[in-house]
Amino acid sequence: MDGLYGDLVMDHYRNPRNRSPISDADIEAEEFNPFCGDRATLQLKLDGRGNICGVSAQAEGCSIIQAATSMLCDQLQGKSLDEVAEIGERYRLALRNGAEGESELGDLRALQVVRQYPVRIKCALLPLTALEEGIKAYREKTG
Amino acid sequence: MTTTFNVNKIRNDFPILKQQVNGCPLVYLDNGATSQKPQSVIDAIVNYYSTTNSNVHRGVHTMSQQATDGYEGARAKVRQFINASDDREIIFTRNTTEGINLVAHSYGRQNIGPGDDIIVSNMEHHSNIVPWQMLCEEKGANLRVVPIDDAGELLVDEYEKMLSSRTKLVSITHVSNALGTILPAAQIARMAHAHGAPILFDGAQAVPHMPVDVQELDCDFYVFSGHKLFGPTGIGILYGKAEYLEAMPPFLGGGEMIKSVTFEKTIYNDLPYKFEGGTPDIAGAIGLGAAIDYVNDLGFDQITAHEDELLRYGTDALSTIEGLKIIGTAEHKAGILSFVMDLAHPHDIGTILDEQGIAVRTGHHCAQPVMQRFQIPATARASLAFYNTKEDIDALVKGIDRVIEVFS
Ligand SMILES: Cc1ncc(COP(=O)(O)O)c(C=O)c1O
Repeated sequence: MDGLYGDLVMDHYRNPRNRSPISDADIEAEEFNPFCGDRATLQLKLDGRGNICGVSAQAEGCSIIQAATSMLCDQLQGKSLDEVAEIGERYRLALRNGAEGESELGDLRALQVVRQYPVRIKCALLPLTALEEGIKAYREKTG
Repeated sequence: MTTTFNVNKIRNDFPILKQQVNGCPLVYLDNGATSQKPQSVIDAIVNYYSTTNSNVHRGVHTMSQQATDGYEGARAKVRQFINASDDREIIFTRNTTEGINLVAHSYGRQNIGPGDDIIVSNMEHHSNIVPWQMLCEEKGANLRVVPIDDAGELLVDEYEKMLSSRTKLVSITHVSNALGTILPAAQIARMAHAHGAPILFDGAQAVPHMPVDVQELDCDFYVFSGHKLFGPTGIGILYGKAEYLEAMPPFLGGGEMIKSVTFEKTIYNDLPYKFEGGTPDIAGAIGLGAAIDYVNDLGFDQITAHEDELLRYGTDALSTIEGLKIIGTAEHKAGILSFVMDLAHPHDIGTILDEQGIAVRTGHHCAQPVMQRFQIPATARASLAFYNTKEDIDALVKGIDRVIEVFS
């Protein structure tokens, strides 16, 4: 049984990327899972053209939340906010239907296995929800 | 009289326990969430719908009379089960949550005012916190919380200090669902009464494990759920002393709870019907009655002895696992083994155990203040019933070994 706990998931869980906080982030978001008290916090820094030039993330909770947070952040460097929205959609679809032929998602593809564990999909989606909320709030603020 | 305790024979009475889950024999250790049902309970429900189904208390025809007899017969069984003195003191509800809300709405709104205190403990289920918070907010009253120690014992001295002439109600769990602590209920009740406050016990986790005698406890209200007592979902019990229930206004208005209705004046029905507005869960009540018969046949002497031995066996086994910590180590416990592991989050423990057919609960168990008290986000919880075996515990330990393998 590798099941949920494949090498890539365990690697991101044990060595989460992008942990160091950003002091002057443009976008900050935090999302809780009220069901279990788990938490994902994200910070993004944008360059002059509105592309992401800095990413930081912290997650507390199970291996899936931590791995998903780390994997998602890995995909964000250099992307525009529209591109981020697209990645989010792809990821959501992969969690529902699988990620066959989906090359854009990077390590996030490994999380398509969560499909087989419906109660854990919430965990895998938590950092994405945080990211989307953060971007929404940023857009409302900056018009 | 009781027969000898043969756990394999008992397991045969529970069809669901023969299931395979994820290719493994089911090891059901989530009894605190809900218990499984013996065939006799399932049969009682099927039989009711197959032969008797009618509404209660409102027909002259034969089946309606039979349904009423079954429903009222179940009430009498519940009355005996908790040794209440009168059937009128047994109110059928949907579950524990509804029982507590009934008391909060009916007794609470009539008797609690600005500046009054309601006392709960730090180890309540959310259903024994939120209704009181809502009431306090509405009335300008204060919710006071009795602290617990690191073992999960109630700090009785702190409780004593908290009681005063402002205390208008004490509502405390009899057994903690997150920690397994059995609280000193009779003492808690005596102390509340010494300050003139009525006492409600949340017995959801107590009645499946130990005999409860509401007269001996001298409690004013006692609530529990049928589904944790080997009965069906959808049926629960509120016991209240008649003197309290008589003085309380109804909870839900409608049919069944009235004697006469005109647009000028409605006369409420007598106890217990005053609190049973609308058509009740008749099959549920009859199923609960069958569950109580089943438990009575086994007898609590044997149930408690078996479960105590299992709890000791499980506690010993889990204690030897490095990096595992049992949360809730009170001297008197019932049925609950809550734990955390250094290596793995409770969700991950739950998933890996599930893959081996082992059902435990993971999360905060609707008791977030307990998690905050122990500064943990969640626990994994194995909760026992009389049909569990040492083999179930051995499977749990083997399952935990697998967690360690995956995460180290
Ligand atoms: C101590 C305690 N109180 C109350 C409840 C709520 O029971 P129900 O959901 O049946 O209303 C539970 C169930 O988990 C419980 O363990």
